[in-house]
Amino acid sequence: MGAGHTHPLYVHEHSPVHHLPAHVKLVATFTFTVVVATAPREHVVTFVVAALTLLAAIRVARVRLRFLLPRLAVVTPFLIGALLLPFVASGPRVDVLGIPLAEEGLWGGFGIAVRAVLGATASLLLVATTEVPDLLRGLERLRAPRLLTQIAAFMVRYLEVIVGEVSRQRRAMTARGYDPRWLWQLRPLTAGLGVLFVRSYERGERVHAAMRARGFDGTMPVLTEERPAGVRAWRLALVLPALAGLGRIAGLLVHG
Amino acid sequence: MTAAEDDASPDPQAPALEVADLRFDYPDGTTALHGIDLRVAAGERVALVGPNGAGKTTLALHTNGLLRAASGTIRVAGVTLADATLREIRDRVGFVFQDAEDQLFLSTVRDDVAFGPANHGLRGTELDARVDAALAALEVTHLADRAPHHLSGGEQRRVAIATVLAMRPDLLVLDEPTAGLDPASRRELMTTLAGLDVAQLIVTHDLPMVLELCPRTVLVDGGRVVADGPSDLLLRDADLLTAHRLELPYGLAPR
Repeated sequence: MGAGHTHPLYVHEHSPVHHLPAHVKLVATFTFTVVVATAPREHVVTFVVAALTLLAAIRVARVRLRFLLPRLAVVTPFLIGALLLPFVASGPRVDVLGIPLAEEGLWGGFGIAVRAVLGATASLLLVATTEVPDLLRGLERLRAPRLLTQIAAFMVRYLEVIVGEVSRQRRAMTARGYDPRWLWQLRPLTAGLGVLFVRSYERGERVHAAMRARGFDGTMPVLTEERPAGVRAWRLALVLPALAGLGRIAGLLVHG
Repeated sequence: MTAAEDDASPDPQAPALEVADLRFDYPDGTTALHGIDLRVAAGERVALVGPNGAGKTTLALHTNGLLRAASGTIRVAGVTLADATLREIRDRVGFVFQDAEDQLFLSTVRDDVAFGPANHGLRGTELDARVDAALAALEVTHLADRAPHHLSGGEQRRVAIATVLAMRPDLLVLDEPTAGLDPASRRELMTTLAGLDVAQLIVTHDLPMVLELCPRTVLVDGGRVVADGPSDLLLRDADLLTAHRLELPYGLAPR
């Protein structure tokens, strides 16, 4: 795909991972996450193998950790919950640096934290290597309801237009001396939001008219023929969940 | 002849557009069109001019059934507009909207150009060929994989025209095609329009373009056709233009 329609989480590169078909990557990411999420938290081996495999995949995708780590902030709420668990859980206690912590809570916290981080990192890797239209097409190929993928596509398409309208509106307000500092000065801003809603609604009607003018009757036509993904693509992509699966088996053997 | 070849055109010799006694009232009761008569021959290029609020766009929207008249008839290439023929009419009339942002809604130029013919039932290589031909005709082949909303105004306008040209219309209706373009983009667009072998109805305020491109001009004001004739004659009638809030730019007007 050409330049131009990238999103902020996308890393422009030409790695083997970038070139994989989107639906293949979606399946790989989903399976990997399921393997990680279903592993009992005591099976540390599973998590270590999964983490190493994921790191290798990130290397192959030529995505820098420095790019991924700040974006992992989305899992912070889970991590805070995981940190609190050892303090609030009941049951037998163990001393860590002189602080009595609940053993059950420690394991619980570890389980939440490791699954959240691994799952989120895998998803980040997916979106860092896949552009939005490809992602949506991939979802469609996996039989996701087309209505949902189309709503998402229109949202992505017109988000920029609406953001542009907001910034033009703000600029016009600022140019006439509007500089809100206090809550009670926000009235014009909220009125502006109302105008924005009406405008977006009217744009929706115009876009729909333009679609009808070209013969649209409610169902999106098939625009690009689907080419089946090659065996090689599947084999490469499924290395990620397969290795995690091996880690899962190893976990069963080691931890019983 | 760019008439659709895959389904039997009832009459290839029929005028591209025939509007007879068209009346339209807005939902609030104001009458926008007071009985319009208009005829565009096959392959003819006609300018539709008039002041703001004259009813130009309202009339244009009727040509492919996006607005439905209170009374009067519309025929496109011999096909009369009715509920049953709405789909066929929309295939025959290519409507280019003023704001390309409304017309281009998919994530790549190629998909957007494919949208119309795909609605028509084209698939696979046939669809690809149709899209490639339309892209080539507007000289935007190199933009095929770009996102439409990241193109310049001139590029967007050309792609918008490609999206309707891909449907092989009998009539191209363009709403203010040169508005907001820089002089070079305007010139390129005019050259392209002049080279397209399809009847065109151009709604515009760009009178110099009309003089250059359109042999015939229809002047609309207050929902009525006020004048209809050769552009050269009509647009050099300073009194007529002034009476309807139009004027030629300085230097072009006869002294």
